Amino acid sequence: MQLKNIFKFNGGVHPDENKIASTRLPIAKLAIPKKLVLPLRQHVGHVAKVKVKPGDQVFKGQIIAEADGNISAAIHAPTSGRILKISEEILPHPSGLPDFCITLEADFKDTWIEKKPIPWKKIEKTQLIETLSQSGIVGLGGAVFPTHMKLKTNQKQTIHTLVINAAECEPFITCDDMLMRERADEIIRGSLIAQTILGAEKCVIGIEDNKIEAYEALKKAAQKTTVEITVVPTLYPSGDAKRLIYLLMGIEVPKEKRSVDLGIQVFNVATVAAIYRYLEFGEPSISRIVTITGAVKTPQNYEVLFGTPLSELIKAAGGSSNKQKKFIMGGPMMGFDLPSIDVPVTKAMNCVIESSPELFPTPKPVMPCIRCARCADACPVNLQPQELYWFSKSSQLEKAREYNLFDCIECGCCTYVCPSNIPLVQFYRYAKSEIIAQDKSKEAANTARERNEFRLARLEREKKERAERHAQKALGAQDKQAEDDKKSTIAAAMERVKQNQQENIKN
Amino acid sequence: MENRSPYIVNAPSVSFIMFKVLLALIPGIALYVYVFGVGVIINILLASLTVLLTESVILAIRKLPIRPFILDGSGLVTAWLLALSIPSIAPWWIIVLGTLLCIIFGKHLYGGLGYNLFNPAMVGYAILLISFPSIMTHWQTPSALMASPMDWLDQIKIIFKNNLLTKETIDAMSSATPLDYIKTQLTLHQTLSSIQQDKIFGLIGGHGLELINLGYLAGGLYLLKEKIISWHLPVAFLSTLFITALMFNVLSPETFASPLFHVMSGGSILCAFFIITDPVSAPTTPKGKIYFGAGIALLVFIIRIFGGYPEGIAFAVLLFNICAPLIDSLTQPRVFGHK
Repeated sequence: MQLKNIFKFNGGVHPDENKIASTRLPIAKLAIPKKLVLPLRQHVGHVAKVKVKPGDQVFKGQIIAEADGNISAAIHAPTSGRILKISEEILPHPSGLPDFCITLEADFKDTWIEKKPIPWKKIEKTQLIETLSQSGIVGLGGAVFPTHMKLKTNQKQTIHTLVINAAECEPFITCDDMLMRERADEIIRGSLIAQTILGAEKCVIGIEDNKIEAYEALKKAAQKTTVEITVVPTLYPSGDAKRLIYLLMGIEVPKEKRSVDLGIQVFNVATVAAIYRYLEFGEPSISRIVTITGAVKTPQNYEVLFGTPLSELIKAAGGSSNKQKKFIMGGPMMGFDLPSIDVPVTKAMNCVIESSPELFPTPKPVMPCIRCARCADACPVNLQPQELYWFSKSSQLEKAREYNLFDCIECGCCTYVCPSNIPLVQFYRYAKSEIIAQDKSKEAANTARERNEFRLARLEREKKERAERHAQKALGAQDKQAEDDKKSTIAAAMERVKQNQQENIKN
Repeated sequence: MENRSPYIVNAPSVSFIMFKVLLALIPGIALYVYVFGVGVIINILLASLTVLLTESVILAIRKLPIRPFILDGSGLVTAWLLALSIPSIAPWWIIVLGTLLCIIFGKHLYGGLGYNLFNPAMVGYAILLISFPSIMTHWQTPSALMASPMDWLDQIKIIFKNNLLTKETIDAMSSATPLDYIKTQLTLHQTLSSIQQDKIFGLIGGHGLELINLGYLAGGLYLLKEKIISWHLPVAFLSTLFITALMFNVLSPETFASPLFHVMSGGSILCAFFIITDPVSAPTTPKGKIYFGAGIALLVFIIRIFGGYPEGIAFAVLLFNICAPLIDSLTQPRVFGHK
């Protein structure tokens, strides 16, 4: 394992890894639960369209909600059973708000729908993408962006390099690590498939140097293939896509551009493994590897069916060992408190950590910023967090935007190193949402103003038109009057002439 | 629900940082005592006591929690730096008054820790220097150079019961600093080589003073090693001072002292590692720190050579404190992915 040609980004931090505990045991399969709750929104984009109704019998792998448009993903039944209801349930999301979910009652027969492997080498690419849009596969690294969209390329956007993200830089999380150790072959095959679909010349796997076993497994699996494996130093947040691209290739993805604009596509290891399983075996996305760790009795990785209540996973890991019973989804740097242990496991759930005061002590009292700039030294985006903090705190939102607030990736490095215990990232989240809200209301105000101006103009125009019409009418009436006058004069004259004639005859 | 991440932190506290700074001052203070006796310790104690009392009262008035803001240690750093900047035989009320000025006008009137525009110690020092020029320029003669060395009782006497001593005694105890001496002697048309024959000069700087500066240097290097301060400020300051002094020295060695003399005299070392490194009143960008350090060094040299005062650190620092926000805004580093 050696580090070579690595391009170092600014800052980064090195928190205690806490990864060993959950890698002692192999990945276990979590039993099928009685009920599965499947949220319709487990991905970025449009909510999936429900294709079943309560009472319906479904097979394992059957589509129960289909992708709505391009940026959406299908939801499949993770096991066979009966649809119980479609209702609002609490989701594993920082908002803690409920959203629509399909509840499935398992029949424990686990009968597959007919699996259809896809001869991906033979079928045309657009058709292949279309097929993949039925797979339900989304980015399993946590971004949950529909995968088929990322495999689409066009003449303007050719991909030359496929980067496979195996960095897994967040402390505690080991689901990718264990997947690589146990299913390296699937990952390499999936990578090659993705590379072929994208038409990329190169495929590079970036892995942190703390995952020696995973690295060895990948290396073995990648023998006699063109897949390159590059080791990057263990430094949070090297798993951030833009940081990883820089580490591997020395390319900075410019502001407001995506890596695809530069011909680079990035997939997580679990995502490419899912692509492989879908194409090779016709198995859609119905489960994932989840790390359960922290204060639980037996930290381990489990393959969990989507929709499984989190409480089942906690029970499997030996249950909660403290009274506090607080769980974090994701890692300790970017994760969030789960609203309840009854939330379902979703496509985005890579890790669940049971919190304890020993692991995550309550924050110390906040002191004033002393501008020591340790945050700036730690910022992987090279921002000046101390200035952003000042602007956010004093609600100088324009200034914050000017100092590139929206380049902040909320990785938490600044908070991690702050001697004054300032929750910097929370200030940035606040400022960002304020700015977005302001922009929205500004836009709404603009639209309202435009509409009002249009209305006033219309009223003005109508008034004018009406006036014109009145004038016309008045003019018309006058003409008629004149004509009548004329007519009566003529008639009178005629009458006189007639009278005269008659008088003449009489005479 | 609020997103609270990150859940983990690993940072030295503000108190930890400030107490490291105090720790780094110890070698310099020890050598100070070795060269001049206990006077400086009395000043440090007086300053510390004043700071603790004043800050407690102000924090109470401002309805702020007293404990965390006393324990943050920033007040003590200010107090110690002021105590090390004034003559060690100045009467007791000088350091008490100076500390009050630092804490009230330099710190809390701006909003306390983190909000001071100026370096608090230099605010107090500058007011003292302007208000009491005679006291503030009467420095103690190093014990080794005195005909009859002062014992510690004499030193306490001179600080607390100044009026008990005759002017002659005081004059015998005090002398001009090397920087001051060069300045006055040059106006008397002496050459530098003959001026530096005086017994107050040591190997490179002032007799004894150079030793104290070495102590500060050791402390400064310790702060660098512990990553309490960044290299930008001391390196920019010292190298600019050195290069500027070198240019003048090469031009006319008989009127301009050597670059090493400038670096090892007056408050140069203390300034480079302990004064301009106050993070609150200095720029935060790497480039900004370099401009800041270099600018102060230039101004210090100009004041030393052409100004009315033998030493110009306080004024140079205060002037550049004003520029810090501007320097910051002009030296924003390139953000990842930006041109």
